[in-house]
Amino acid sequence: MKVGAWRAFVLIVYRELCLSFRRPEHLFQPLVFFLIVTTLFPLGLSLQLSQLRDIAPGVLWVAALLSSLLSLDSLFKSDADDGTLEQLALSGQGLTLIVVAKTCAHWLLTGLALVVVSPIVAIALGIPTAAFATMMMSLALGTLTLSWLGAIGAGLTIGLRRGNVLLSLIVLPLATPLLIFGAAATERAISGTSAVGALYFLAALCVFTCTLAPFAATAALRITLE
Amino acid sequence: MWTWFYKLASPPYVYGVAAALMPWLLGTAALAMVYGLIAGLAFAPPDYQQGDAFRMIYVHVPAAIMSLSVYMVMATASAVALIWRIKVGHAVAAASAPIGASFALLALVTGSLWGRPMWGTYWAWDPRLTSELILLFIYVGVMSLRSAFEDHARGDRAAALLAVVGVVNVPIVHFSVVWWNSLHQGATIVKLGAPSMPGSMLWPLLSMWLGFMLFYGAVLCTRVQAEVLNRERQAAWVREAIKS
Repeated sequence: MKVGAWRAFVLIVYRELCLSFRRPEHLFQPLVFFLIVTTLFPLGLSLQLSQLRDIAPGVLWVAALLSSLLSLDSLFKSDADDGTLEQLALSGQGLTLIVVAKTCAHWLLTGLALVVVSPIVAIALGIPTAAFATMMMSLALGTLTLSWLGAIGAGLTIGLRRGNVLLSLIVLPLATPLLIFGAAATERAISGTSAVGALYFLAALCVFTCTLAPFAATAALRITLE
Repeated sequence: MWTWFYKLASPPYVYGVAAALMPWLLGTAALAMVYGLIAGLAFAPPDYQQGDAFRMIYVHVPAAIMSLSVYMVMATASAVALIWRIKVGHAVAAASAPIGASFALLALVTGSLWGRPMWGTYWAWDPRLTSELILLFIYVGVMSLRSAFEDHARGDRAAALLAVVGVVNVPIVHFSVVWWNSLHQGATIVKLGAPSMPGSMLWPLLSMWLGFMLFYGAVLCTRVQAEVLNRERQAAWVREAIKS
């Protein structure tokens, strides 16, 4: 029986979501990590709330990057370990389609979840509620871009024993533009000026990676799977 | 007409060419750098704003340019190696990475030494400095990825892919001074119109740049020889080459 591309995409996303919801701790751990890292900054720096507001965009974004990075390792790893990934690759569907589906599912489970949790952190850091929409928008675009970049890195480091550290080493330098524009957008929103410019830059980066990264990630998987 | 080009895919041929080119490249590099250093340090007039401190330019600028050029060489060799499955491409990319990383480090170190008297600080979180630092990190990532695989062929291809992906950073470094409001000065030499520098300062700089390029060529030749030997250590021609 031949399964159409769209149906295959939906099935893979559904499978990923099912697997994650059956092991909810994997879902919550990166989010808890995100909360803990952001609480560490005020504890370590012991600042007033007004000073905290100045460093809030940076803290928020660094914590978001780190916690997304934490979950990237699992993007292909468990499927590669038990051979599911090879079966998927042999299934007759294009490998790119599989990469796109898995990355989308990964973003829904980590990036989108992070966006949903971010207002809690934002309140703790003293970010005004008027800035929430821009902040969440920038985080949504940023985490999606990061998922694509991470797909390349995760594809390259699948078979490696200490792949996790190497993954950070590969992905973080490429993710610095996200940090710059994301923090800039949040900062503008806090100070009440227009954040449109930085958001456009983030959106451009997002479109750029959405269109090209799937092919790079597919090539990476081809190299490491063989 | 294209046979010389096809021959470049053959490891023994490349090994021979690299061995033959190396002394010439090293000799000319030494000439260009000796002229550039003497003319730049002793005969060029001091800058009207920066005084003698500007002479750092004769190491800093060529090193910074080379850190980007070497990256492009590495990425091109990687792309060639990935697309046409030419093993010599991987050897060139593997040989280039440490040299490019050294140039990037040299540019950062000389830049911060230059920044101390001029800007009053060793380091500023300025777009150009930051993106040059990121370039160094990407070099480190490429090198560590290559060495992380036990299977050499696989490590080569993974590193090659990362090198190609990392190309996105090169225009960011180059145009960072134009796009963002930066402490770092803008383009002085490579731009439309005449260079904003008198000849007595410019010629030593161009000579240093040429010297750095030739020096890169010389070091690349040596390293490519080593890489090719290591990769082809099972081949019969290697035994011949080492015996002679």
